[in-house]
Amino acid sequence: MSTQLQRSEQETDESPQEQRLERKRFDESEREAQRTEEESTGDETPYVHLKVFRYDPEVEGKREPHFDDFRVPAPQGTTVLDALMYARDEFDSTLTFRHSCRQAVCGSDALFINGSQRLGCQTQIQDLDQRPVRVEPLPHQEVEKDLVVDMEHFYDQMEAVEPYFQGETPDEEEQLQSRENREKVKMSTRCIWCGACQSSCNIAAGDNEYLGPAAINKAYRFAMDEREDDDIKQHRMNILEQEHGVWRCQTQFSCTEVCPKDIPLTEHIQEMKREAVKDNLKFW
Amino acid sequence: MSQSHNRGLIEDFGRWREFAPGMWAWIFHKFTGWVLIGYLFTHVAVLSTAISGPQLYTTTLRSLESLLLVRVLEVGLLAVATFHIMNGIRLLFIDLGVGLESQDKSFYASLVLTGAIAVASVPTFLSGAF
Repeated sequence: MSTQLQRSEQETDESPQEQRLERKRFDESEREAQRTEEESTGDETPYVHLKVFRYDPEVEGKREPHFDDFRVPAPQGTTVLDALMYARDEFDSTLTFRHSCRQAVCGSDALFINGSQRLGCQTQIQDLDQRPVRVEPLPHQEVEKDLVVDMEHFYDQMEAVEPYFQGETPDEEEQLQSRENREKVKMSTRCIWCGACQSSCNIAAGDNEYLGPAAINKAYRFAMDEREDDDIKQHRMNILEQEHGVWRCQTQFSCTEVCPKDIPLTEHIQEMKREAVKDNLKFW
Repeated sequence: MSQSHNRGLIEDFGRWREFAPGMWAWIFHKFTGWVLIGYLFTHVAVLSTAISGPQLYTTTLRSLESLLLVRVLEVGLLAVATFHIMNGIRLLFIDLGVGLESQDKSFYASLVLTGAIAVASVPTFLSGAF
């Protein structure tokens, strides 16, 4: 770790975000170095033991939540999603989970893997320390079946901040954004609506009305967009300044830790808090 | 639609090994905050003995200070208050948007400072207690 610290001290021109990403990458490589042995059975292919949460309200005997064990081949590069798909295709076709693009873009397969919110398709088996690999549905959301949770509430929160551009489009002209402004909102545009942050947030778990990190980040993306006029920004601030808006955040940094797209969520929430303070400051 | 299953909050407490520095900072801040509130009541109760005259106040304080447990708890109280102050300053910076990327380091710094101050206070609080 010391070499990493020296590096970041030397390269002072790196932005905080870059430093953070660098640190994340370093942790990643350190874990890889620590991993010396993989479960092996004598033949070439390493196997991995999966412990998967199961629940099916429609089948007698599966109504009680339990864990099923799967032993699946996991050659280098196998992701948790690959392993789950193998288990489903080869062993139990009723094993249910969401997935689509398999490349961390669609945000369908956020799961609770070894006690942390991660994307199944982005998490390689060999990057996980604990065995067996525990795969559970996202916490703090109702489980519909196996690894599928009800995302309705999350989508409601996202919709509540009006997550779309509301600037006026000039006729026959492009509406260009300045480089600086684009840079400011760049990270916030990366959200894939996977719900990992919301699920990791203790406050959101205890307060159902709290907008949550993803929604506030979405609001940040548009409130900070200079192409929207002041009225719209005021309207956006009015939504965020509610009791269950930005003020609920207690800076646990859980959301920032788990975000698969490395969005500095807490930083954005804090900035919206400051905007809200500025918005309400009156000098009389 | 068929019924769904609510898993509750259990996994949150069970996965403390997975907690990141930011989460620990939050937990310690809450805990020390409650301890300080609790102490406030004791503090007011002890001070209130002065209402019945200076003699009672002096005897109460002297007898309290003669207890080893109280001496040890004073070190604990200082540690709790120090951490709460240090982390409070850390949170102030976080609110100002300063140094969010080193929030974990500032948490560790709060812990180290708290430990150092608590250890340094031992001679003062425990002198003559044994």
